[in-house]
Amino acid sequence: MDIKRVKDYVYWLYFQYLLITCSYVLEPWEQSMFHTITVTVLAMVLYTAYVFIPIHVRLAFEFFSQMFGGQPESAV
Amino acid sequence: MANPSAVCNGHLHYHHKQNNLLKSGISKKNGVTKGIKKNGVSNGSLSKKAFIEHFEQAPMYVAVLTFVGFGVGTIFGYLRDFMRAWGLEKRNIATEREQQKDFVPLYQDFENFYTRNLYMRIRDNWNRPICSVPGPQFDLMERVTDDYNWTFRFTGRTIKNVINMGSYNYLGFAETDANALKTVAKELEKYGTGICSTRQEMGTLDKHIELEKLVARFLGVEDAMVFGMGFATNSMNIPALVGKGCLILSDELNHTSLVLGARLSGATIRIFKHNNIQSLESLLKDAIIYGQPRSRRAWRKIIILVEGIYSMEGSIVRLPEIVSLKRKYKAYLYLDEAHSIGAVGATGRGVVEYFGMNPDDVDVLMGTFTKSFGAAGGYIAGKKDLVDFLRTHSHSAVYATSMCPPVAEQIIRAMKCLMGLDGTTQGLQRVQKLGKNTRYFRRRLHEMGFIIYGNDDSPVVPLLLFMPGKIGAFARRMLEKNIGVVVVGFPATPITESRARFCVSAAHTREMLDTVLNALDELGDFLQLKYSRYSKSAHPELYEETRFELDD
Repeated sequence: MDIKRVKDYVYWLYFQYLLITCSYVLEPWEQSMFHTITVTVLAMVLYTAYVFIPIHVRLAFEFFSQMFGGQPESAV
Repeated sequence: MANPSAVCNGHLHYHHKQNNLLKSGISKKNGVTKGIKKNGVSNGSLSKKAFIEHFEQAPMYVAVLTFVGFGVGTIFGYLRDFMRAWGLEKRNIATEREQQKDFVPLYQDFENFYTRNLYMRIRDNWNRPICSVPGPQFDLMERVTDDYNWTFRFTGRTIKNVINMGSYNYLGFAETDANALKTVAKELEKYGTGICSTRQEMGTLDKHIELEKLVARFLGVEDAMVFGMGFATNSMNIPALVGKGCLILSDELNHTSLVLGARLSGATIRIFKHNNIQSLESLLKDAIIYGQPRSRRAWRKIIILVEGIYSMEGSIVRLPEIVSLKRKYKAYLYLDEAHSIGAVGATGRGVVEYFGMNPDDVDVLMGTFTKSFGAAGGYIAGKKDLVDFLRTHSHSAVYATSMCPPVAEQIIRAMKCLMGLDGTTQGLQRVQKLGKNTRYFRRRLHEMGFIIYGNDDSPVVPLLLFMPGKIGAFARRMLEKNIGVVVVGFPATPITESRARFCVSAAHTREMLDTVLNALDELGDFLQLKYSRYSKSAHPELYEETRFELDD
């Protein structure tokens, strides 16, 4: 029973995604193409975020602490 | 207080005259009035009715997602066009012939692109053939498509008793009850169906004279003329009334028939913002001050074209303000009551009665019999001089065949029923039922949290869908639940505001409306259509119970 509810909820989310991006009206092969492109773009965004965000956050933190702390730090 | 369910004697217009009569009657005799008793008038012309209209804007993310949806559709449209042009896909729609490939292209504009690539994909929601009378319920022919809506085939099955929320059947006169259609059947046997002539040749029957007198009496004007087609009434008579050197001030959202008539007339057309009095007044001021464009002469005629109820928005025209403007600047007013005649007003006499005004304030009263009277055709009513002029100069009178007698008899019997002349109160009951249904339907939809446009008293209820993907999903799922709705998309509405338009009818019972409302509730949650940020509480009964006086 619980599995069915979860499955229904996941299907409902998928249906909302279809409606919002207007891929509900596309033919099946067009939908597959659109899903592939979307998933690829999303994967690339997530990978870039995973690689770059921690480094950038650390650099920003060092920059601001330098301004407020006043300790001269050598450029990394 | 006035008892609205009492029988009215059909003389509810000319409030001012009757007021005087009553006053003199009371003073002369001891409390017994000599004049016509005024029974069943609600509010009258003295109290100001609240004019509540809603045009709520959707949250920003909805507009963004709508554009995203259209963007995706456009990209795939270009892809499919490319495939069709390079022969990778079969061409199903009209294209130019091989010999004409070097000519000016016919099918490259946006309208054709949109039709080919976006409209075709959800085309199964329009032009659905019905096979019964369009009453509160009707039968649909089932059809399926094998190639994504390019062609359809009928399976042979009919879907029975689909609740009809799309027909303009406001008073429920589209019925097949043999008792109600007795006189119509009699006239059909007496006159047949064809007229085979125009009004000015041999097409004027005694039925037309009877109908015209009845229409004039119903509206409270001097004379009226009827035509065979409602669209043609507008498009053929506006050119007869105005011409070159005249100015037409037309509302932004006027119907195509008014636009066509205005363009055919050759007059100068200026558009004012929808129902916006300041915009109209600034246009009138400019017209009076500056006159015609190059010669600076005064305009021969200034005419304002408005509609009683706008069918895509559900809004009601601001008649009192427009009449005061027209008196101040000496312009003429042409009121198209296609959707409002029979549907608003205490006794169904249209927006003029709804605002408690005198029909003499409006110069040209136009309306159609297609919507509230269950027939076909249109009328123009007003002063006798105007109607006599139209009888000789209207293009419709000279060239179009006149209304056929059974249809005229249907209008006569519907109008007599409305006025109470057939001896029953059925007409007034229908009008009141429509009012009750409208208010109930709109109130429940507001409470559920949908965005509804229009005035609280108009039986046309547009429910906003916004996103293009939801148009097809909504209509198909409503049909699966056995409810037929009309959805409208881009060319008829602005691109971001696609909607589903419901037309409430007096023939709908409370159960039918409840079925529809429950289905809408469910579907609204499933498709996430409840965008309103101002919805009232979903359980108003609780408030009723807790509203009691506290005694000290």
